[in-house]
Amino acid sequence: MSAFLVLLWRDVKLATRSGGGAALALCFFALVATLVPLGIGADLKLLARVAGGILWVGAVLAALLSLDRLFQGDYDDGSLELIALAPLPLELTSLAKIVAHWLSTGLPLTIMSPLLALLFNLSPDAIPVLVLSLLMGTPAVSAIGAIGAALTVSLRGGGLILPLIILPLLSPAVIFGAGAVAAGLDGFSPAGALGLLGAFSLAAVLLSPFAAAASVRLNLSG
Amino acid sequence: MQFLFRYANPAMFMRLSGAVLPYAAALTVLALAVGLFMGFSAPPDYQQGLTVLIMFIHVPAATAAMSIYGAIAVCSLLSLVWRHPLSDTAARAAAPLGAVFTALGLVTGSLWGKPMWGTYWVWDARLTSFLLLLFLYLGYMALWSAIEDETRAGRAAAVLALVGAVNIPIIKFSVDWWNTLHQGESIMSGKLDPVYLWPLLTMMAGYMLLFVTLWLIRIRTAIVTRRATTLMQRAA
Amino acid sequence: MITALTAEKLACVRGERRLFDGLSFRVKAGQALAVEGANGSGKTSLLRMVAGFLSPAAGTLTLTQDGKPVTDAEARGRFIGWLGHQDGLKPQFTVIEQLRFYARLYAGKADDAVLEQVGLSRQRELPCRYLSAGQKRRLALARLLVSNRPLWLMDEPFAALDTAGQALVARLMAIHCGNGGMVVAATHDPLGLGNESVTL
Repeated sequence: MSAFLVLLWRDVKLATRSGGGAALALCFFALVATLVPLGIGADLKLLARVAGGILWVGAVLAALLSLDRLFQGDYDDGSLELIALAPLPLELTSLAKIVAHWLSTGLPLTIMSPLLALLFNLSPDAIPVLVLSLLMGTPAVSAIGAIGAALTVSLRGGGLILPLIILPLLSPAVIFGAGAVAAGLDGFSPAGALGLLGAFSLAAVLLSPFAAAASVRLNLSG
Repeated sequence: MQFLFRYANPAMFMRLSGAVLPYAAALTVLALAVGLFMGFSAPPDYQQGLTVLIMFIHVPAATAAMSIYGAIAVCSLLSLVWRHPLSDTAARAAAPLGAVFTALGLVTGSLWGKPMWGTYWVWDARLTSFLLLLFLYLGYMALWSAIEDETRAGRAAAVLALVGAVNIPIIKFSVDWWNTLHQGESIMSGKLDPVYLWPLLTMMAGYMLLFVTLWLIRIRTAIVTRRATTLMQRAA
Repeated sequence: MITALTAEKLACVRGERRLFDGLSFRVKAGQALAVEGANGSGKTSLLRMVAGFLSPAAGTLTLTQDGKPVTDAEARGRFIGWLGHQDGLKPQFTVIEQLRFYARLYAGKADDAVLEQVGLSRQRELPCRYLSAGQKRRLALARLLVSNRPLWLMDEPFAALDTAGQALVARLMAIHCGNGGMVVAATHDPLGLGNESVTL
């Protein structure tokens, strides 16, 4: 337990200190929320309708930004070998990194979302649904993203291939998450969508560590 | 399992596939010809008119695209769990074919929808799932190309293919759910008139045979290319 | 108690090249093995094979524990202390932070005595970005000490160290072997431990 926590805490510290990418993700999220109205016009009624979808897509893209660092730093400086040889199984190592990523990226994005929802004139009743959907859905982004990060760790400038690999896999999260907000706006209960989202996230968090660990092992043989 | 491994060595595969290939090609041409003939001689649908004939091109492409991903997933499993030597090559060879069939499915689906919907794309649930499938194929191919070491690339791609395979039902479910939420359109609703069934099945068989033929050719090419590369490296 | 590391007919293939073939050796508790060879001959690959990161193209590697063989690569990794080519140090963390991290990860104890042993007591609170290459190496050695593992795999242990540093490495290796540990080191320089050696 102690090893899991110490690794988690280290990764959170690395992500949140300068150059760690956490602040970058928040800025990116805010930028997306700014650019979209510039692109589609400031019709407040329109913005209120698209808020759920835009903010969800923005959050996913922002979380993606720091994903390629998940294993990269340790791979590049030789820490990954040391961590792999430690008593902690690689699956738990991956889980620790996933949780650390969520704490340093997904959670802050979720906390920032109500502020951005105001920019979009999202109805006050819908804002809690948005926050809840992001809270439940961003773990899936970290989890599935970790698989992509582990697969592409040996690539120089892995850059764009990571989003290409995992964005299609994240479509259920976007669909259910934004769908929950839309349901709320249309007067339906968001419970169904949130339930599906929760199930998806739970499955992702439980299963991804295995795939991520397998991918790390593959890349350690280099 | 032993059966599979016996045919795993490249030389044996080359011999076998060389023997099978002419027949596969011939059957492909036959199936496609018969299927198209049956399709065009079938009566036009009272509702959709002649455009229903696009169904004979679109639906088999769609099923082929899905089946090919399934084949890639099986090869990936063989590669990761049983370390079957040719499976990486086979999976990589199948991917562009799957991508092309998916693209074909998208284009024909869009053309089929135009007379009905008035526009080329309305985010129909099946076509949207298909679009995501196309991205899955592209991501798979990109990963193969991006990693230099061939063995590692094969393993990584295998992991990705299996993760994708597990996700595909979930993606399909979520897109269907999304579609009902937004009351979308659908291309093919209702039952299929039996007069269309036989041409459709024949075309499906034809497409699968086409895939198998092209797949065998691509795997053979990959084996020969690798031999040539090894010879060139030794000469250097 | 780890009593021996046995390699039988190991072969290594990287890309299209066969680096070595039919390599066999045996290291017993309290012994050291020097792996020598030209650059690119596969010394690092051999170490990575022993660590379980890389699968041999042929042959077997067995660790004998209390008379029983351990052949699973990942299980073997639990007995290994790794001193690789790279440092594994984050520039923004201090010396003591890094040591504590690895100690907790490996269920060991990081105390100032270890830092004193490697001569880094003065640099205790210094962020790793300010350490010289030799100092980073010393920290890596400290990390090796706190990991408390019987089999040390060391890749060029004398690199980047001055004479005092190199003497430190030799001393630590001798103490480790004296306590029943094993050392396998890829090296250009002699270990000076009365050890066996194998050339790739």
